[in-house]
Amino acid sequence: MSKKPQPGMTLIVKTVTRLTAWLILLYGITIVLHGHISPGGGFAGGVIIALSLIHLMLAYGKDMVFRRLSKGMVELWESAGALLFLAISLLGLTAGHFFRNFLPEGEPFNLFSAGTIPLSNIAISFKVWAGLFAIFVALVFLRIVDEKK
Amino acid sequence: MVIYLLTLILFCVGIYGLLSKRNMIKMIMGLIIVENAVNLFFILVGYRRNGRAPILSPDALITQMVDPIPQALVLTAIVIGLATTALLIALAMRLYGKYGTYDIAKIRELRG
Amino acid sequence: MSDGAILVPCFVVIPMAGAFVNSLLGKKIKGLPDLLGSLAPLVLLGLSLLAVKTVHSGAALVYPVGSWNPPVGIAMVLDGLTSFMLVTVNMVAFAIAVYARDYMERYTSKEMFYTLFLLMLVGMNGVIVAGDLFNLFVFVEISAVASYALVAFGTERHELEAAFKYAMMGTVGSLFILLGIALLYSVTSTLNMADMGLVLAEQRDGNLILMVSVLFLMGFGLKGALVPFHAWLPDAHPSAPAPISAMLSGVLIKSLGIYALSRIFFNVIGLTPMMSSILMFLGTLSMVVGALLAMGQRDLKRLLAYSSISQVGYVFLGIGLGTPLGVLGGLLHLFNHAVFKSLLFLNAGALEYATGTRDLHMMGGLRKKMPVTNMTSFVASMSIAGMPPFSGFWSKLIIIIAAVQAGHPGYALWAVMVSVLTLALFMKFMKFAFTGELRQDGLKVQEVPGFMRVAMVGLALICLAGGTLLIPGLREIFLNQAAAIFAEGSNYANVILRMN
Repeated sequence: MSKKPQPGMTLIVKTVTRLTAWLILLYGITIVLHGHISPGGGFAGGVIIALSLIHLMLAYGKDMVFRRLSKGMVELWESAGALLFLAISLLGLTAGHFFRNFLPEGEPFNLFSAGTIPLSNIAISFKVWAGLFAIFVALVFLRIVDEKK
Repeated sequence: MVIYLLTLILFCVGIYGLLSKRNMIKMIMGLIIVENAVNLFFILVGYRRNGRAPILSPDALITQMVDPIPQALVLTAIVIGLATTALLIALAMRLYGKYGTYDIAKIRELRG
Repeated sequence: MSDGAILVPCFVVIPMAGAFVNSLLGKKIKGLPDLLGSLAPLVLLGLSLLAVKTVHSGAALVYPVGSWNPPVGIAMVLDGLTSFMLVTVNMVAFAIAVYARDYMERYTSKEMFYTLFLLMLVGMNGVIVAGDLFNLFVFVEISAVASYALVAFGTERHELEAAFKYAMMGTVGSLFILLGIALLYSVTSTLNMADMGLVLAEQRDGNLILMVSVLFLMGFGLKGALVPFHAWLPDAHPSAPAPISAMLSGVLIKSLGIYALSRIFFNVIGLTPMMSSILMFLGTLSMVVGALLAMGQRDLKRLLAYSSISQVGYVFLGIGLGTPLGVLGGLLHLFNHAVFKSLLFLNAGALEYATGTRDLHMMGGLRKKMPVTNMTSFVASMSIAGMPPFSGFWSKLIIIIAAVQAGHPGYALWAVMVSVLTLALFMKFMKFAFTGELRQDGLKVQEVPGFMRVAMVGLALICLAGGTLLIPGLREIFLNQAAAIFAEGSNYANVILRMN
């Protein structure tokens, strides 16, 4: 007798993933939010957030992840990130110049300081994680149709 | 001086891979190595003797840091390289679907 | 900050906003991609004409992004050459966007096409207004990657093969540019082009600057299809959809290749006699190689692609001369070529849309069935061959006279011979496609839809009027300012930095 093949990997991997995926996601969000204090910022944090979702997808199979996060939502996050970044830079016009820092700059090394830089980091991280996740999905699940000459 | 020579050797390894290999995926890997060599060279240009990492903290002196501008630019260049590589790999996979081979010498229908 | 300099970032912001709004809402709202795709270049065309007027009445505009003044911060610069290129690029982009409304109906996912098209326009405009070297590189990469994706848009066999080869060679060219920027940064320790010009004018570290010049010649020469870096062009331009072929051949190689090269060689590094003679030699080589290889082609778009290489050689010859008359001729030929080459590619697209083939030997006698295409092809062919009074005649005449005046009669002779060859080529095109007997399968052919006709007629009218740019009144506003940038050379830095 044979069981139907389960999607994803073995039970050990699934149990460990239940712990580590959220830790990786939290770590990525930390790096994004502390971009103006410590190294990292939007791009590095966005890559780590995308990695946590890929980790989930590798361990549990694509159906479970696509039930929670459809492809349309990923495209929405990507375009929203780009438009948010453009909006922040255009809002700088209210303070005189394109891209100018228009929020109050607090003390250095505080979390709520440096004007618009944390907001730009968040917008960039949206675009980066959505973009990388979309690249992964497109490359792995591409249906190669065999066409002979 | 030795560091720059090593970067040049890495560049040449990548160019060798790009020129002499016929598999498309190996050519893309050669391109990635060349790109890494150029990025590495750009960071090394900004080195100052006895310099530390250019991260501001309450007790760091700015005069003892390496040049931060190349680091910002190389970050941008790495992202650009990532996008180009993803596009090249997607094109290579689609070409395999149409032609049935990864060998670039057999994909020569446009000529003349 | 200069007055009215808020104009300068608009050229980058407007198409970027259009592209991202398109990718967000394009699938949901029905007519939105067409509307945004045509409206954005129209607005940009208006703004670029305003820019020409502003630069003519005052001096150059410098916009410090984020109110950080150069050389510490990033600057966007708008001077005479910039406004000239902006008008060229945006005018051709508007005509092509109108044409693409009907042509791209036959492809799937039209909203993605307009997103990529607007991103390519962002890149081209960004290269033209960039004031520092690294932003130039980033914008070159944006439009290059968008064009790789657009060449592969139809995802047939030939399009994918051409796109892969183009992408590989284009990436290698970009890496050479990045290496050149790294070496130049190590010498000058600044990235602002004006500041770099100042530093390089004082010290002349001969060998390193020579290597940087060669690296930039290789990198930007590959983007601008200079022989011997032209190998990607005959594959990539025919395989792309017709509006994209027109865009690539008409404005992309000009903005990324010729403009970037001339900005760096004239204003930053300074033109040495050796570099001038290298540019002239490679330009003449491009002219001859392009025209000779185009003679044996049956595929219409491949013939046009080789002739692009040839005409870009004319522009390099004119710019490489360095004399004011030569530069004037080169810039006028750049404008003319952008207009008539995109018109020719749009005509080829119309022929392919109507008959389904690109092979010249399979067409024939279409002049009764497709009158608008016939007329516009005739105008464009006469223009590219250099017949008076069409626009191409004036620019070629100025380049030939300038070459003789500067003491290079040999190059002028080659230019005349290549002009005769080009005439022969386009006589062949007109004969095979339009005159002669209508073939059996040509009976079902009908004229192309409305928007395509409007775009082609518009470009043809500009072709006819191109010679009027030399009338002294108009020449003051448009061409003389652009040519003056070349003449002032390293003085560019003083003009820009004195702004603040």
